[in-house]
Amino acid sequence: MSGHSSWPEWVYIGVVVAILVWVGADSWYIEKLIDHAPEDAEIIKVTGQQWFWSFEHADGTKEVGELHLKKGHPYKFEVQSKDVIHSFNIHDYTVMMDAVPGRINTVWFVPDEAGEFPIQCREYCGLIHYNMRGTLYVEES
Amino acid sequence: MVLEIAKPRPVWQIMFSTHHTDVGLLYLITSIAFLFLGGALALAMRAELFLPGSQIIQDSMTFHRFFTVHGTTLIFLFILPFAAAIGNYLVPIMVRYKDMAYPKLNAVAYWMIPVGAALIWLGFADFTWNAYPTYSILRAPGPAADMWIFGLKILGVSSILGAINFIVTILKCKHPDLPLSKVPLFAWSTLIASVMILVAVPTFAAALLMLLTDRLGVSGFFNPAMGGDPIAYQHLFWFTFHPEVYILVLPAIGMMYEIIPRFSRKPLFSSGSGIAAFILLGIVGFASWAHHMYATGMSFTEKTVFMIGTLAAVPGSAMHVFNFFATMWGGRIRFSTPMMWSVGGIALFFAAGSGGVLNTAMPLDFITHDSYWVVGHFHLFVFGTIAFGSIAFLYYIFPFVTGRMYNEKLGQLHFVLAFIGAVIVFFTQHILGLFGMPRRVFDYPPFPEWIAMNQIATVGAMIIGASMIIFLINMIHSSAKGKEANMDDPWGIGGKYYFPHRVKTPHH
Repeated sequence: MSGHSSWPEWVYIGVVVAILVWVGADSWYIEKLIDHAPEDAEIIKVTGQQWFWSFEHADGTKEVGELHLKKGHPYKFEVQSKDVIHSFNIHDYTVMMDAVPGRINTVWFVPDEAGEFPIQCREYCGLIHYNMRGTLYVEES
Repeated sequence: MVLEIAKPRPVWQIMFSTHHTDVGLLYLITSIAFLFLGGALALAMRAELFLPGSQIIQDSMTFHRFFTVHGTTLIFLFILPFAAAIGNYLVPIMVRYKDMAYPKLNAVAYWMIPVGAALIWLGFADFTWNAYPTYSILRAPGPAADMWIFGLKILGVSSILGAINFIVTILKCKHPDLPLSKVPLFAWSTLIASVMILVAVPTFAAALLMLLTDRLGVSGFFNPAMGGDPIAYQHLFWFTFHPEVYILVLPAIGMMYEIIPRFSRKPLFSSGSGIAAFILLGIVGFASWAHHMYATGMSFTEKTVFMIGTLAAVPGSAMHVFNFFATMWGGRIRFSTPMMWSVGGIALFFAAGSGGVLNTAMPLDFITHDSYWVVGHFHLFVFGTIAFGSIAFLYYIFPFVTGRMYNEKLGQLHFVLAFIGAVIVFFTQHILGLFGMPRRVFDYPPFPEWIAMNQIATVGAMIIGASMIIFLINMIHSSAKGKEANMDDPWGIGGKYYFPHRVKTPHH
């Protein structure tokens, strides 16, 4: 270290660390809030395969490429894959979970707005990855 | 001097030399050539994405091969060899030794690069530069995928050999009168990056072998049908390639440490804090790899651990930024081309780092992950910071290598266009990611916001492309017909340089 004073650097490091602690603590808190799905969430099995999504509702109804859900009701997706890694994504609702062969990953959400929302694949999965799309229809209950 | 004006040497004498400045020149020319090749692929991809539907690329597979080879090329055939080039030129001079510790090993490490490069470019694989199983082991077409695996294997061995050479040169061959704490910061950055290579790269080398045997069907490390786990590969991959981010960025920061005090005409604010930040990044860089994998179904605890590890790396980067600004503060700054590139690089480094803090915040990661946000984010690092630092240093070392001066006006124009282009492309891609566009897509649905932002990004990319053409003309023209440089002080700013052209050891 040369002879000059180093206190501005320590103040600056202190500010940076304070911002980081704040970001870290806040995201820890929010992630903890959303970590567990509500008890009454309806389970929907989501299966990705080259290159489409299929869905199975709790009552056994099956859909391909389309998903019909009710507004204001919590849903828990059990995401799995039949071939390669895909990533199940409803961007408008920040639903995002990898479909990994050999695993069942879960993610949940509550649609709070009626309408149509795009479903897409967010992990590269081969030839038609760009068009591995579907539509979420949220209906008024 | 390497390319002497007075006594030109035949090219084969440079090619078969083991002298550190000659090997440095080979590394330098190779890396710049691949910068242009990889960049051309990027421009083709941006042109394709200008509008929905197929534009200039006929099928999605070709597009997938383009982004795979683009990423692989620019990381392994531009950034790494460029750092090795500058290391070869300057590290022996900075530690006051006659050459690299093992000159022949040095040449061997260089000559593995063209072999690896040939395998990657002739194969032209499609499984992204991550090569995630199970796609890469079950569905990716051969022989391209296998050639990529062998190519990366060779490049990995090359960088391990280079790292051993740098570590021995710096620690064992440095002049006895030169304490380690007085070794210039560029040599320090090379030392830390080399140690990181030795720790990180063997993991990926193992993963590559497992990938190959899985592809051959004789093992099932990553194949769930044979009891394996595709996520295990992601851990091995990112254990190498998150530290790799620091392996790539540290030498670029080291280059800025060489340029900024010189053009500020002021001593470095604190060499101790720079060294401390290098060591800090070198250690903490290993604690954050799984932040690339939040969406693979990690538990809350795992995500928290890797978020903390990632955030812990930020103060080290922030110390470098502070050091640069404190050095410039009150200096008589000369904004010559190398200084402009360095300062621009720091600005984009700051932007990239701020975006990185948001990425690692767990809930936000699920918005940004695998979207165009991530593409914009890491390009601010690899292009905005690392390529900017490297290009800065290329202009800086140009007179010492060629004996001629580059065209200052064209150099500054190159910077202004590239900086504007980088902001347009990569900032727009961040926003595009927030609007939900996934990365690695050949085509996209005609949402008006997506079309508009893709068009803005393409225009920005073309501006960068134009700036790189100016760069190429400047380099070729100036090295052949440029003004002769004042080799004692090319910019007229005084001070002591590390002169590669004054190396006394004969070429061998």
